[in-house]
Amino acid sequence: MTDPVVISAIRTDGSVDPASDPGLTGPELLLLYEKMVLLRSLDEKGVALQRSGRIGFYIPSAGQEACPVGAGYALQEGDWIFPSYRDHGMALMRGSSLATLVAQLYGNSADATRGRQMPNHWCDRSISLVSVSSPVATQLPQAVGASYAAMLRGEPVAAIVSFGDGGTSTGEFHAGMNFAGVFRTPTVFFCENNRYAISVPVSRQTASTSLAVKAEAYGFPGIRVDGNDVLAVHKVVRDAMARARGGGGPALIEALTYRVGPHSTSDDPTLYRTEEEVAEWRKKDPILRFASFLKIRGVLNDALEAEATAVAREAVRQTVAAVEAAPPVPPESLFEDVYEEIPWNLAEQRAAFLSGRS
Amino acid sequence: MARVTLLQAIHDALLEEMERDPRVFVLGEDVGREGGVFRATEGLIRRFGPDRVIDTPLNEGGIVGMAIGMALNGMRPVVEIEFADFIFPAFDQIVSELAKFRYRSAGQFTAPVVVRAPSGGGVKGGHYHSQSPEAHFIHTAGLTVVMPSTPADAKGLLTSAMRSPDPVIFFEPKALYRTAKGEVPEGEHLVPIGVGRIARPGEDLTLVAWGAMVPVAEAAAERASAEGVRVEVVDPRTLWPLDVGMIEASVNRTGRAVVLHEAPRTCGFGAEVAALIQERCFPRLKGPVGRVTGFDTPFPYALEKSYLPDPERVLRAIRAAMKS
Repeated sequence: MTDPVVISAIRTDGSVDPASDPGLTGPELLLLYEKMVLLRSLDEKGVALQRSGRIGFYIPSAGQEACPVGAGYALQEGDWIFPSYRDHGMALMRGSSLATLVAQLYGNSADATRGRQMPNHWCDRSISLVSVSSPVATQLPQAVGASYAAMLRGEPVAAIVSFGDGGTSTGEFHAGMNFAGVFRTPTVFFCENNRYAISVPVSRQTASTSLAVKAEAYGFPGIRVDGNDVLAVHKVVRDAMARARGGGGPALIEALTYRVGPHSTSDDPTLYRTEEEVAEWRKKDPILRFASFLKIRGVLNDALEAEATAVAREAVRQTVAAVEAAPPVPPESLFEDVYEEIPWNLAEQRAAFLSGRS
Repeated sequence: MARVTLLQAIHDALLEEMERDPRVFVLGEDVGREGGVFRATEGLIRRFGPDRVIDTPLNEGGIVGMAIGMALNGMRPVVEIEFADFIFPAFDQIVSELAKFRYRSAGQFTAPVVVRAPSGGGVKGGHYHSQSPEAHFIHTAGLTVVMPSTPADAKGLLTSAMRSPDPVIFFEPKALYRTAKGEVPEGEHLVPIGVGRIARPGEDLTLVAWGAMVPVAEAAAERASAEGVRVEVVDPRTLWPLDVGMIEASVNRTGRAVVLHEAPRTCGFGAEVAALIQERCFPRLKGPVGRVTGFDTPFPYALEKSYLPDPERVLRAIRAAMKS
């Protein structure tokens, strides 16, 4: 077995490797840039809101933006998204409103999921983005099932399921990959290898020389891509999704990236990695890298760059202000959506709770 | 009406619902060409093909996870776990995923999956082919838990489960698969979820039992009647949501109650039933609620008959209750 080569697209001279060029137009390139900037702004605000006690928790994706943005832009109407908690960029790319995401952070009455989960546990039925859970990689076999159903109905759609390097150690990774291989489902496994599962480095997740090579054992292709190169990510995900939609079966994509921030606002990364290591990766920042590329191409200039950041920050600020003003979820909603209809025990508990007897 | 076994009733429910609703799938280990280790799915693969009667890789978490995904995408999957003892590798998918989709998405996503699992002892299966794990699932918010004891209820409740908007854990008392025979309506037959059954009417004591313990309860009731004690046997059929009204009405009439189950005693579902009875019927109770259960041991192989409640143990509990 040999590890797949790492595919990249963006070259430092402003050209694109023709083999991995997704051939996007100028406005499309700008859109990707703006969405990465928006995602960074949302993450900065999310962390700040948690630090100031206005929300309870946050999981930033800083440093990895090229992954969800590049992948998300490869998705079409009808495709299913089984995300991890660090993939809100995919939601943005598929058209989730900023308000939907920010409301989930607040968990108040503006939140379509009624405050049922802690921040970053996204859900948006309108774009087939399946509700995120905290246990890692449970969504893998679920994505296989959703894509199996679509395949049997003859729908030209696929499912993308994303997870981190830690997720590849789980039993559910094996189950999902194995079922997808056996049933040849239209499922794209998108592994964002950000090098750490909280504090544990990828070298403690596997003795394998890559994560992508694992696909070989399941009978389908494994692809490695530079996860800080938004064009390369977009190209490989677009190709894998198209192949899956066309009946070509599943694929595993390992996107090599780096989480420059903490795992979550509860994490202290200085306990397990050096400043030097983080500094090296900051130089490879996917947004800065894409900005330099776009400037050489004449799609972006300093003024547009500053404007994009200002626009993104203002959009986030306004959304936060609007969402924060919404009232809390009503107490009686605690007992709803457990079942379609409220059973007798929950009806009794609700009545006692609301009357102050319990 | 035809007289069939409980196993045949399960098979007929699956077959008829698959014919009626193309969204219904069966998936699990050996459910296809083998027809299931108990043959509950016999012949279904010939009728509906391997895309709808799916022999899966051997991984219960994967099976339930795949079923969840199918259900999220509009299908009606029915999972077979070969033995309820093997449900634990799928515990995370059932407890944290299947049961929680409606709540965590505030109704945006639902996963109406039926998980069938043969449960209970009496087949010389030792620890890994005999357990009764219903309490784990009753304790889990978001699940419906069913355990029929007659062929008619097996067909009617499984059909209702396959049409339920909520996930259902459907335990099948394997000891009764071929021993329980009874009249079952041909064609569509529905038994509502959440409604119990008076298996035997009586005036002196309420005996609550489910699954393979129902015939044990009936045998004990028969022997008690020879001693002049009229026992009412209540089979809840749906364990959760429990038909608490039926039990409450019965105990308020009889003033005495015994709960019977195969599963271990401590934190078994009998504890919850006993608590509900004392909360709701305390003024009418003439004595403490009795429990006859499996022991707090692993399920034994050689001493299976000692472990499982039998009519004699139940009768002793009935006599004790009648003294108070």
